[in-house]
Amino acid sequence: MAYVPLADQDQEMEMHHPHTWVEKYVFSQDHKVIGVQYGGLAVFTGIIGLALSLLFRLQLGFPESVDFVDPNFYYQAVTMHGMIMVVYFLTALFLGGFGNYMIPLMLGARDMVFPFLNMMSVWTFFISVVILMSSFFVSGGPTGAGWTLYPPQTTMAGTPGHDAGIILMLVSLAVFVVAFTMGGLNYVVTILQYRCRGMTLMRMPLTIWGVFVATVLGLFAFPALLVACIMMMFDTLLGTSFFMPAVIEAGSPLDYEGGSPILFQHLFWFFGHPEVYIVALPAFGLVSDVLSVHARKNIFGYRMMVWAIIAIGGLSFIVWAHHMYVSGMNPYFGFFFATTTLIIAVPTALKVYNWIFTLWEGDIRLNAPMYFAIGFIFTFIHGGLTGLFLGNVVVDLPLSDTYFVVAHFHLVMGVSPILVLFAAIYHWFPKVSGRMFNEKLAKVHFWFTFLGAYSIFLPLHYLGFLGVPRRYYALGNTDFIPLSAQDLNSTVTVAALIVAASQILFFVNIIGSLKWGKKADPNPWGAASLEWQTPDTPPVHGNWGDKLPTVYRWAYDYSVPGAAEDYIPQTVPENEVITASDDNFETNKDPSPAAI
Amino acid sequence: MSLFEQVTDKPWERKGVIGGLSPEGTFKTQAERVALIFFLIIASVVFSLFLVSYYIRMELPDWEPLSEPAQLWFNTGLLVASSILFQWARNIVVRNGKSNLYTSFFGAGIFAILFIIAQLVSWSYLQAGGFYLSSNPANAFYYLLTGLHALHLVGGLWFWSKSAIRLISGGEPKDIRLSIELCTIYWHFLLLVWIAVFAILSNT
Amino acid sequence: MTLAVVILVLVIGSVVFHFASPWWFTDIASDWGSIDFTINVTFWVTGFVFVACNLFLAYCVWKFRHKEGHKAKYEPENHKLEAGLSIFTTLGVVAMLAPGLFVWATFVTPPSDALEYEVLGTQWQWQFRYPGADGLLGTADTGFVSESNPFGINPEDPYGQDDVVVNDPQMHLAINQPVKALLRSNDVLHNYTVPQFRVKMDLVPGLVSYLWFDPTKEGTYDIMCQELCGIGHFVMRGSVTVQSQEEFDNWLASQPTFSETQRPAPPDLSAGQAQYATCAACHGANGEGNQALNAPKIAGQQPWYIERQLNHFKQGARGGAGDTNGSQMTAFASMLTTDEAVRNISAYIATFPDTPATTTIAGDIDNGFDIYDRNCAACHLDNGSGTWYTDAPKLSGMSDWYFVTQISNFRAGIRGNHPYDDYGEQMVQMATAMGDLEEINDVAAYINTLR
Repeated sequence: MAYVPLADQDQEMEMHHPHTWVEKYVFSQDHKVIGVQYGGLAVFTGIIGLALSLLFRLQLGFPESVDFVDPNFYYQAVTMHGMIMVVYFLTALFLGGFGNYMIPLMLGARDMVFPFLNMMSVWTFFISVVILMSSFFVSGGPTGAGWTLYPPQTTMAGTPGHDAGIILMLVSLAVFVVAFTMGGLNYVVTILQYRCRGMTLMRMPLTIWGVFVATVLGLFAFPALLVACIMMMFDTLLGTSFFMPAVIEAGSPLDYEGGSPILFQHLFWFFGHPEVYIVALPAFGLVSDVLSVHARKNIFGYRMMVWAIIAIGGLSFIVWAHHMYVSGMNPYFGFFFATTTLIIAVPTALKVYNWIFTLWEGDIRLNAPMYFAIGFIFTFIHGGLTGLFLGNVVVDLPLSDTYFVVAHFHLVMGVSPILVLFAAIYHWFPKVSGRMFNEKLAKVHFWFTFLGAYSIFLPLHYLGFLGVPRRYYALGNTDFIPLSAQDLNSTVTVAALIVAASQILFFVNIIGSLKWGKKADPNPWGAASLEWQTPDTPPVHGNWGDKLPTVYRWAYDYSVPGAAEDYIPQTVPENEVITASDDNFETNKDPSPAAI
Repeated sequence: MSLFEQVTDKPWERKGVIGGLSPEGTFKTQAERVALIFFLIIASVVFSLFLVSYYIRMELPDWEPLSEPAQLWFNTGLLVASSILFQWARNIVVRNGKSNLYTSFFGAGIFAILFIIAQLVSWSYLQAGGFYLSSNPANAFYYLLTGLHALHLVGGLWFWSKSAIRLISGGEPKDIRLSIELCTIYWHFLLLVWIAVFAILSNT
Repeated sequence: MTLAVVILVLVIGSVVFHFASPWWFTDIASDWGSIDFTINVTFWVTGFVFVACNLFLAYCVWKFRHKEGHKAKYEPENHKLEAGLSIFTTLGVVAMLAPGLFVWATFVTPPSDALEYEVLGTQWQWQFRYPGADGLLGTADTGFVSESNPFGINPEDPYGQDDVVVNDPQMHLAINQPVKALLRSNDVLHNYTVPQFRVKMDLVPGLVSYLWFDPTKEGTYDIMCQELCGIGHFVMRGSVTVQSQEEFDNWLASQPTFSETQRPAPPDLSAGQAQYATCAACHGANGEGNQALNAPKIAGQQPWYIERQLNHFKQGARGGAGDTNGSQMTAFASMLTTDEAVRNISAYIATFPDTPATTTIAGDIDNGFDIYDRNCAACHLDNGSGTWYTDAPKLSGMSDWYFVTQISNFRAGIRGNHPYDDYGEQMVQMATAMGDLEEINDVAAYINTLR
């Protein structure tokens, strides 16, 4: 049996067409349905994560008048908020949601290469969410050990949820890793092997590059989390001492000896740092596409963007210990990790420059998705630059474990990716639903989210400079924290409440538009990439009707000199490009004078 | 085009269908094989992380090396036999042959099952000798690594049993050819992992 | 258009906020000015990039917004520009990294003349140990930890005998004397942070980490735990006083050595009994307490706690403004003039039979359990017996009305805020986290079920 490229098996490929409602919407093998399921479930957990953050923000902002948040619940809420947002919300939404939906459409495939595995992935994810949520209902409640789950604290009596809660968290994470691996194998193999005719690697939109590298990172980084979870579970349930040193719990020694808490931290951050880029890289990709389409200009320096994604992905595996400068590990590691960490700034900065240069001499349509994308550039610059403080080992000394850290990572991997998320949802909503959203409402939503989020996190940096520690239930009496810090905290809480409340606008817009929105044009933004060229809007099962598309050009042919339209879809061959009937035609032969 | 050439291509300069009429697959092989290779890399990452943890933990003062039971040499023999039989079965299906397919294919599975049983027996010997999981990190790692390896093998046997059922219920060898080819790679991989784990366990 | 203006305003606003912010680094009190220098370098570099990039962004958005008939320029890439920007960025990175690495090299190599002292973190207290005349700290291990040896100092180790142990969370340092702090934990991760010293490091059970600095400014500074260490993380506080060498030496000389703490004179029970006669009038012959006289039950209470509270009354840390009943105790406690007397009487009280006090308070036991189990049990233990380890007194079987009074006092700021009361602030914080009197009663009712 000779090797037959997948896309050539098109004729004989059996689509598992659904027959019943359950097969169509519940146990569906269609990547689009699975993408929406993944996204919906992630958004659901994200709302819970957001609600938790409001509860502990209320405590921090108004400690005197809020008495329904006790210290126990505060630590549980902080922990669950962190874990939910990082893993169950952002990772699942970008890769499970957008990855699933976009990969086959952008590559010209009918579906993922293993649709059944894909379905298994989303339901395994569902199980992991159920396990996670069940920890709210067990005795002792969910774990309050901080989202980093550092031993020996996690399983000791002074920590909230140290009995059932932590076990459920570990099991849930392990199940999540399984779900992610099933999905991730699918994304990687589909991207590598399942592209339509003419779709070379360098013709792929940056969204795909972002998802691809992020998935590879995930496949190699999540095992570290799995290994750490397994070993911690052994320590907790079977009495081994992998991570547990000899410790004293409330005056009496526990039956552990000699384990290394720092080993856990190494494993955790070997997962944890790439995890940042697992969230960020798909966001980089999505925002590049949104910027390019709405600026009516090709993404500037496409090749550099691809290489930067790959470089960032590679480097992200050798910077993990910058989370551990003050962990008590061998301090000489600091030299190496500070250097590698600051090196990452170079490709990241190049990406930022290229986003701005994409706007330079563009023809910017300030649609709602573009608002969010430009807002992203702003917050990402801020969040990226504050990373240079924390990455530089001595500057990290006074700042680590303060609110500066909180502000930094929320800007860089909370606010920024979420702004991209909204940009992407508004951008692709017409294709996914077949209807237009309400532009005005979306812009109001933008102003609240963008300005609100910045006014939450800018001040928090300054609490960090002051030296206010994070994870403090109350500031208490100190000499160096002025009373005004409490006022600042109250302001931040009010801003957080406003931002959270304004998200209702988003849901009203999305749900309302699904029902009453204007019917959307198949390609309302005039985008060149493949997913906008489907025969049906929204795309049906199988995506491409009778025949798979063929690709003749890269995904960024915008404002090509000589062409009549300001974009040329990827599916249009060179001899079918409608040219403007003026003397610009000559330049069409040499479309890239700048490259020479 | 090599991978390097592909990613240094200037995509805006070249229009048309690149690479003739054939669709784009980065590797000229079946998707399942690519997926398996990726899975093997992931599994190697898991095992390597455990082994790195093993070495780090070993440096700490409470470590008491475990002298592995000699029975492991015998167990290794079982796994080697299983791997060889799988390779034989693979060679038969690739040639589209049929003779000896049953012997080799089922033999491979049976030896793998025997290996798992033998591993469990070695566990019970250790338990009887007072080497419990929680008594020392060296013991804990022994149980953890051998258990994890056996678990991977059980996963492989699940795919093996699917092919076996297909074969018994009158399937043609070509129907299970890909499955046997992939299982063979997987078996060799697990043999390598085992040898590495065994070597490290018995040398420390 | 609006967006461009808003970005411009945000840039200006951020810069204004930066310069107007009253929230900024505390005045430095160590010689780590080099860290502040690196921070300033980082600030100027990143600040420049922040302003430049965002102004350029705003300009692009404004200048190239869609206009009829306008078409974008087709420009796939510009190698020269990208290369130039890479070099420019690399230079900026080097400018920040280079000083950083040099300063870090200083940080990892403490000077040889640095005096060592030990910081011990436990849930949720700081304790300190200074080397004695031999200049060396004795070895320690969690296996040796006990009530009389909270550090777990090896009793066989000759170097440990003269170690000066400080069992309360207040330490002192001599000015301009470089010190190297050896950090150790007996339970979970902690982090020894004094914002004014700029440096911090985790305490990790099972190993000794370190940091060093040279205190350059006299004053008293807060020590905060900055590594999440359980529910009491936010109340794990201490203080460090930087003073002249002479004052420091005097302070150090007044602290007990390890061997002194190991061989205290046995308490004189009969002397304690004699002195207790005064107490019996209110607290009862067997310490059973008398609500009518506002005297709580003291029988069964942990002796170290009785001792500490008597000292607090003596020093005025309790029984101050607002605490009428407490001020009565001040007079009586002051009759115990010596530390021996306090110890004798505490030891005598410990001999009383512990019969649970009669219950006087009713409440929702389920709710009380919920609150207690979530927030109180971490220190006072599941059975309410309390433990020296967390400095938590016994609650079960004690006078429930007294419990309610004291929690209310903590909440009202009557108890626990005095500077001599090292452990009171923890309870102030925990007590203020409780909702209202009804919740306190619920907890009291639940504690009544513990025997």
